[in-house]
Amino acid sequence: MGMLSRSPWVIHYDGSSCNGCDIEVLAALMPRFDVERFGVVNTGNPKHADILLLTGSINEQNKPVVLNIYNQMPEPKVVLAVGICATSGGIFRECYNVLGGVDKVLPVDVYVPGCAVRPESIIDAVVKGVGILEEKRAAFKAAGKA
Amino acid sequence: MSWFSGIAYILFAPFLGGIIAGLDRKISARLQGRIGPPLFQPFYDVGKLFQKETLVVRQSQHLYMEFFFVLMVFSGAIFFSGGDLLLVIFAFTMAGVFFALGGYKASSPYSFIGAQREVLQMMSYEPAVLLAAVGMYMVTGSFQVAKIIEYPHPLIAQLPGLFLAFFFILPIKFRKSPFDLATSHHAHQELVKGITTEFSGRTLALIEIAHWYEYVFVLGIGYLFFASNVWFGLLMTLVIFELLLVVDNATARVRWQAMLGSAWVVALVAGGLNIIYLMWMKG
Ligand code: SF4
Repeated sequence: MGMLSRSPWVIHYDGSSCNGCDIEVLAALMPRFDVERFGVVNTGNPKHADILLLTGSINEQNKPVVLNIYNQMPEPKVVLAVGICATSGGIFRECYNVLGGVDKVLPVDVYVPGCAVRPESIIDAVVKGVGILEEKRAAFKAAGKA
Repeated sequence: MSWFSGIAYILFAPFLGGIIAGLDRKISARLQGRIGPPLFQPFYDVGKLFQKETLVVRQSQHLYMEFFFVLMVFSGAIFFSGGDLLLVIFAFTMAGVFFALGGYKASSPYSFIGAQREVLQMMSYEPAVLLAAVGMYMVTGSFQVAKIIEYPHPLIAQLPGLFLAFFFILPIKFRKSPFDLATSHHAHQELVKGITTEFSGRTLALIEIAHWYEYVFVLGIGYLFFASNVWFGLLMTLVIFELLLVVDNATARVRWQAMLGSAWVVALVAGGLNIIYLMWMKG
């Protein structure tokens, strides 16, 4: 296992979620699930993050914010769409201001369904994301930019 | 103590410091009822940072952090090779200045405020550290660490006030609550990540390693208070560290006014009284 997969630092952004998913994300950090066991740190800083964890759908207002966060993250990076809102727009899909899921603006690597998602599936998604991170790292290195 | 231990410090302090940082995270997690990361987590983190892209805002910001790193290693190396305590403190302060300058240079509002707070933090801990050096001189008759360490009795017996002042400013140096104003290792951070906000990849790894050196060095100063017996000294250093973590988990961050005020009051009252007592004893 490489270093990347032992220390995934996550930045969590709440798009226009109902907060249901966000509470589950925080639950994953709490004593019962304690994702820090796997080295996961919830950083507030895109420049330190490896994984962008998005909850809630994308709308006109948060689109530039999401793009900004993504662009500020150093390579290699992975995007997780957490919750059915983030994967497709969910129950807010029909709203006049909602564009849809995260994949309308960013390349999503892992989709995590659930309304709200369970902490177990979030942990599962991070573990999947970490695998993709390693693949991207290999590609990044091959491109000679590391 | 000789140049040999100075070289040993340069080579092995990162390992020791990394393990201290790992212990810190592990014990903190236990205090919060969590299992916590593996002991070697800080090494994984730094290893990862070396594999990441390094984003640059301004090229010179990295130069400042490299100076910070070099001076941190330098001051610790002088300390551990038994050199002059005043020179050590001076070099240590310079390291802090470069760290703050790096934050200023990165020119983002977050790192800017973080750098301002870093400067305030330096102002807060400086009196306590300097007074501790003066107190050690008054007891042992020398500023040389090699001489101080040979003093036959534990210094704490004669410097309790100065030790209190030193312990009070320890959270500043370890970037712990209640004084983790400039940057913090925890999720709670109103300044994004404070002074290190604009640093990523390699440079962030360098900063992290410099902090490991700093941990070992600062605990080394704590050790001086108990240096008459090696095992007693090491044990007490561990106790200090443990107490620090309890304080960290039991307190919330304060404003800088409270930090500066309380650190100076404790340093000047407890430390000052201690020094007056020493002068009185000498007659
Ligand atoms: S998926 Fe459900 S719980 Fe999560 S943000 Fe959307 S509506 Fe809320």
